Amino acid sequence: MESPYAIEMLHITKKFPGIIANDDITLQLKKGEIHALLGENGAGKSTLMSVLFGLYQAEEGEIRKDGKPVKINNPNDANDLGIGMVHQHFKLVECFTVLDNIILGVEPNKHGFLQKQEAREKVMALSDKYGLHVNPDALIEDITVGMQQRTEILKMLYRDNEILIFDEPTAVLTPQEIEELMQIMKNLAAEGKSILFISHKLAEIMAVADRCSVLRKGKYIGTVETKNTTMEQLSAMMVGRNVNFHVEKGPCKPGEVILDVEDMSVASKVHKNDAVKHVSFKVRKGEIVCIAGIDGNGQTELVYGLSGLEPLKTGSIRFKGQDITHASIRKRNTSGISHIPEDRHKHGLVLDYSLEYNMVLQRYFEERFTSKAGFLKRAPIREYAERLIEEYDVRSGQGPITPARAMSGGNQQKAIIAREIDKEPDLLIAVQPTRGLDVGAIEFIHKQLIAQRDAGKAVLLVSLELDEVMDVPDRILVMYEGEIVGELDPKTTTQEELGLYMAGAKRDEVKA
Amino acid sequence: MSVVLLIQYTLIFSSVLLLVALGGCFSEHSGVINLGLEGIMVIGALGGALVMRFLPAGTPGILIVLLTLLAAILFGVLYSCLLAVASINFKADQTIVGTAMNMLGTAGATVLVKAINTALNPDDHSSTIQYITAKKAFIVNIGAFEFNWFMLVAVIMLAFAYITLYKTKFGLRLMACGEHPQAADSVGINVYRMRWSGVLISGMLGGLGGICYILAGVSEWKFENGVAGFGFLALAVMIFGQWKPLRIAGAALLFGLFRALSNVYFGFDWLVSLNLPGTVYNMMPYIISLLVLAFTSKKSRAPKAEGIPYEKGMR
Repeated sequence: MESPYAIEMLHITKKFPGIIANDDITLQLKKGEIHALLGENGAGKSTLMSVLFGLYQAEEGEIRKDGKPVKINNPNDANDLGIGMVHQHFKLVECFTVLDNIILGVEPNKHGFLQKQEAREKVMALSDKYGLHVNPDALIEDITVGMQQRTEILKMLYRDNEILIFDEPTAVLTPQEIEELMQIMKNLAAEGKSILFISHKLAEIMAVADRCSVLRKGKYIGTVETKNTTMEQLSAMMVGRNVNFHVEKGPCKPGEVILDVEDMSVASKVHKNDAVKHVSFKVRKGEIVCIAGIDGNGQTELVYGLSGLEPLKTGSIRFKGQDITHASIRKRNTSGISHIPEDRHKHGLVLDYSLEYNMVLQRYFEERFTSKAGFLKRAPIREYAERLIEEYDVRSGQGPITPARAMSGGNQQKAIIAREIDKEPDLLIAVQPTRGLDVGAIEFIHKQLIAQRDAGKAVLLVSLELDEVMDVPDRILVMYEGEIVGELDPKTTTQEELGLYMAGAKRDEVKA
Repeated sequence: MSVVLLIQYTLIFSSVLLLVALGGCFSEHSGVINLGLEGIMVIGALGGALVMRFLPAGTPGILIVLLTLLAAILFGVLYSCLLAVASINFKADQTIVGTAMNMLGTAGATVLVKAINTALNPDDHSSTIQYITAKKAFIVNIGAFEFNWFMLVAVIMLAFAYITLYKTKFGLRLMACGEHPQAADSVGINVYRMRWSGVLISGMLGGLGGICYILAGVSEWKFENGVAGFGFLALAVMIFGQWKPLRIAGAALLFGLFRALSNVYFGFDWLVSLNLPGTVYNMMPYIISLLVLAFTSKKSRAPKAEGIPYEKGMR
């Protein structure tokens, strides 16, 4: 009898020193279904996929294709079995054309010479069949993220893969592009392809998947039919407790203006045009203002300008009524601006320092931490770090002396948040503060931001996550290609409207 | 007369720069920075010079040319294995390996040639090899113009480089490894093998460039002098040419012209009347390369992953 499953991973166990990443996990993908794999960060999804692609060998368990046991020792084996994957970070060569990227590795050739015409015909036929519009001659660096993703999908189809894995495919897309991707996935499944959809976004799973398998802390929790379940049930399975999706917050009571940015432009490091173009806005006491937008539309450079990491080309910044346009970074830090940076490894922590030294990075020079002769006072630093660890529940192996590098991402982020909030800033700039964190940590961070607001501080949040943009702030400013193209009220706007602004399809003249 | 001479020297020096820069181009497109080109040139030149020195008198010209080229290629390729092993397999810092190769190249060649010279004649402690007769095999006189077979070799190699990089499966894979090795790996390309190929091809072209350089104009070479920074000039040519063979050819002609001027400037009255010391013309290619790099490096687009050792499984 023919097996109903395209691929099965049965009782997979994979151990790393000190941790069981996959503990007896079973995943069965039916032919022609869309199957979601749900789990928090660190639940073991990536390890399971690495086992499937032969990057790791499982200690126990077996993999079956069409009911027959198979051995997968490297990605080429997986490819030969018809398994393809769209990685979360695209594996595309930026200065190659779409066509070159699709054929790379399986180039049609005569005696080593490329036969691109043949490849082009096959690609265009696939593109028509599945509604995957691409321009085969465009360079990857010039096309939208959506088209890059379609290129990745075409790569799998060009190789006649039957089992398609999408690793968190929606993280980089606008709502409209997500909609389009869902439709494409449904078309592919209808054509008989089997799809594994890795995600932690419940709404998308409910919308597109037939079944959903849930992992938690390396263990297999169960598989459910999406039509017989609810988002609440799924999240309880994923987290192990009930999670409150809605961010609780009281009404916003904006006070006086704390940050007043006028006509700010910042040069770009990657291209000739300015990354931020003549942007003006204000942030008041007691409100959370969110800069929304698709990654790479100038948000990073805007924050660099505010924090002093990059000089302004034009315009001015006034903070608490004082002009800080040319103030040094330390001046800004000590006068009441806190900054939770986008890249916590690059700008947030010195990874090879201990946790306690990271906690005093911006205030080690204060009298209570440094003696008159210039030596650090070990005991007060230790005490201070211990207090923050206690208050913000920063978990680490050895407490204050743990090297920052040895901590988990969530706890690194908590350490930064503890440090920045404990400075009692008047303005807190938080850039993607929840990036890569699990639901529990996200909840904690959102509570902290709102507590700051309620304490009468100004908060400037930069976020790429739509849920965060809709739930946390009191005002949304949308950035598109370096300009603020819209100001929205999260209480009255919809995700669709927000998406139109983010994609540049809609814009207002914004008066700050 | 002096115009013909200028063209002749321009072409021969451009050939050197073109060959070596194309070598660098292959290595860098595979993802390995080859700063050791200078050393590879010296070793390639050594191989060729030894063949010319020790071939029996009366060897047919065509055989001299072929054997000399083969020896230069072989020496260059073998020497470039150092870079490949160290930077690809042992993941050493490519800049440091290249620098070490440059020092070792000149020093090693000097020691070897001195040893050979002293063995043949106990009073001879020089590091010079003479190849007066053998050199004639490379030259065909067309009127006043001295055609050198290396000019043809350079043009053939230009065509070879262009076709290989842009028209073949190998070229597409090679460039993918220099831009995004993880992407190449994910579609089943063996990044280590492609990088080895890139480095070995650069050894081949570097060796050819080396023998070409010591045959341009002189009939003996003192190996203590190395190749006078031509490996680095070739790197400048490669960057100015934006890692693209045709643009590299253009850049090589420009740099070759300035280098040629120092050989023939006294043939042009208006240059002589400027009354500049000859050393100024000798400096020209180096000064030009500084200027060119200072003004173009901001825009230049090197292969993205060059210089970064590839580790499987790293993101």
